[in-house]
Amino acid sequence: MSFSVTQPTSRQKWFAGILVIGYALLTILPLLWIIATGFKSPSDAIAYPPKVVFEPTLEGYVNLFTTRTRLSPEALSEAGAPQTWYDRIVRQYGMVISGPSRYGERFLNSVIIGFGSTFLSIFLGTLAAYGFSRFRVPLKDDLMFFILSTRMMPPIAVAIPIFLMFRQLGLSDTHLGMILLYTAVNLSLSVWLLKGFIDEIPIEYEEAALIDGYTRFQAFYKVVLPQAATGIASTAIFCLIFSWNEYAFAVLLTSGTAQTAPPFIPTIIGVGKDWPAVAAGATLFLVPVMVFTVLLRKHLLRGITFGAVRK
Amino acid sequence: MAEVRLSGLSKMFGTTAALDNIDLTVPDGSFVVLLGPTGAGKTTILRMVSGLDTPDNGDVYIGGKPMAGLTPAQRDVTMVFQQYSLYPHMNVRQNLEFPLKSPLLRTPQAEIDRKVNEVAEILQISHKLDNKATALSGGEMQRVSIGRALVRNPSVYLMDEPLSSLDAKLRSDLRIELKNIQANSGATLIYVTHDQVEAMTMATHVGVLDHGRLVQFGTPRQIYEDPVSIYAASRLGQPRINVVPADLFGGAPTAARSIGLRPEHILQGEGEDSTVNRVEHLGDQTRLHLDYKGHDLITVTDPHTELQRGDRLPIRPNNPLYFDASGARLA
Repeated sequence: MSFSVTQPTSRQKWFAGILVIGYALLTILPLLWIIATGFKSPSDAIAYPPKVVFEPTLEGYVNLFTTRTRLSPEALSEAGAPQTWYDRIVRQYGMVISGPSRYGERFLNSVIIGFGSTFLSIFLGTLAAYGFSRFRVPLKDDLMFFILSTRMMPPIAVAIPIFLMFRQLGLSDTHLGMILLYTAVNLSLSVWLLKGFIDEIPIEYEEAALIDGYTRFQAFYKVVLPQAATGIASTAIFCLIFSWNEYAFAVLLTSGTAQTAPPFIPTIIGVGKDWPAVAAGATLFLVPVMVFTVLLRKHLLRGITFGAVRK
Repeated sequence: MAEVRLSGLSKMFGTTAALDNIDLTVPDGSFVVLLGPTGAGKTTILRMVSGLDTPDNGDVYIGGKPMAGLTPAQRDVTMVFQQYSLYPHMNVRQNLEFPLKSPLLRTPQAEIDRKVNEVAEILQISHKLDNKATALSGGEMQRVSIGRALVRNPSVYLMDEPLSSLDAKLRSDLRIELKNIQANSGATLIYVTHDQVEAMTMATHVGVLDHGRLVQFGTPRQIYEDPVSIYAASRLGQPRINVVPADLFGGAPTAARSIGLRPEHILQGEGEDSTVNRVEHLGDQTRLHLDYKGHDLITVTDPHTELQRGDRLPIRPNNPLYFDASGARLA
């Protein structure tokens, strides 16, 4: 049998393939279970043994987006025939839809706060990283370490001071407050990651642009930024994932106007053990991060392997 | 189109002096080649003139105006870098257009197209204009980077070994092309190279640098025929000048410690015998490696010489250069 150090044999390829597929299944299984649960009826969702094959229903999604009122049989018959498919679903349980739920608002809050803080972290992070990378900053190493050190304790450790500060400043339960908080937590990560990326961009490119008649800011904007796109994209994904999924501060600091989806979704359970609605809420909550990641995936892959691969 | 004057220019990098009190006037419209080994300060001078670095002491004047505090963009200079720093996210055409589109120039698109095509023609990269900058060979990248300098009409061109990664044929083509462009445009050009042929063929003036000091400044012939020191003499000439103890041949001045012999300073067929160690036929000339009283000498001879290894060849010096103990030239 011939032997090559670079070309795997077909048996090795099969083995590697099975390993990867197996691992992918293992990690994706909980996700599939949540997505499936979203389409189950409440009784199927808690059936034992668990049902893998079930009759799909949109009940969970209807319950997620609506609030319902139970009516007496008389009142129900007075209400007339159900007008829409979602009306029909709730009528089975002797209920009528009395209005929209708060999920939509909470979801929108998550979008505003998540993307808002991601944008701010990237914006400030890129400028700071560029400064640290290119200019002679006094105490540069100490400052960089200081920035990193803000990440060394769990942010929740300072929850009480932040809670008091926010109350004093009127930032409790506001979009601005949450955006600032998540930005503050993400900023150390974004400065460090982006500095690494910008360090890798040869300074000659900017020097060439300076000679070609551009100011430093124009050189930054026209030459450095396009080349840092990879780093910016992957840093943005990390920042978004953090602020999108953050739970503890959201529970603590938001209750109404600025409440994000993560603290809201579990509260659905209080309205009658409605696991499918919770699962539906979680499923929809996954979508924006997934779309964002898929859109930037080319950059992300490049970003994770950055530095390892020579250009 | 502008005279460049350096006055008392000094720059320290850490504890080493990159430039040590340089006074140099580059006349308007001249083609100045800076010669010297790595670390002599050639590139540093270009960076000071361009404004990418600022001197610790001294001033740079372009066209009589002091440049202190001016950004590279404000100095109306262009520079070809040693590492071809093409913008990797742009294609070749965008790279060439970039300087013309700067907020300072704001060239109309028709003019940009004309210039870019003209320069691409000269540099033989017309067929590559729509390629990605990263999809070029080293030589092509360097040509694009020269092109980026040529699309503009600056008062001073700065070039840092622009031809170093090109093949021999292209290099000699571009040598002539660059010389023509400079002569026709009347622009001042400061050029850094290690290549003696480039220095001799293109330069109107040569500046010899040693450890941040300007050792000699003059025409290539002056440097070649009338060098101020062994160091300056060694910068020019192929094969290199032979330096041997002054007492090897008779008739040296009393202060002379060494004698410098260029090939044409070695008269063949007269004097005392040397032994031929090696014969190198280069085509247009033939190099002889000689052994004269235990000292190696290299000289050139007739391309069709019959001489062979081991042959005896009488030689004697003819108007050689004499140097004192410090390496300085004796008049």
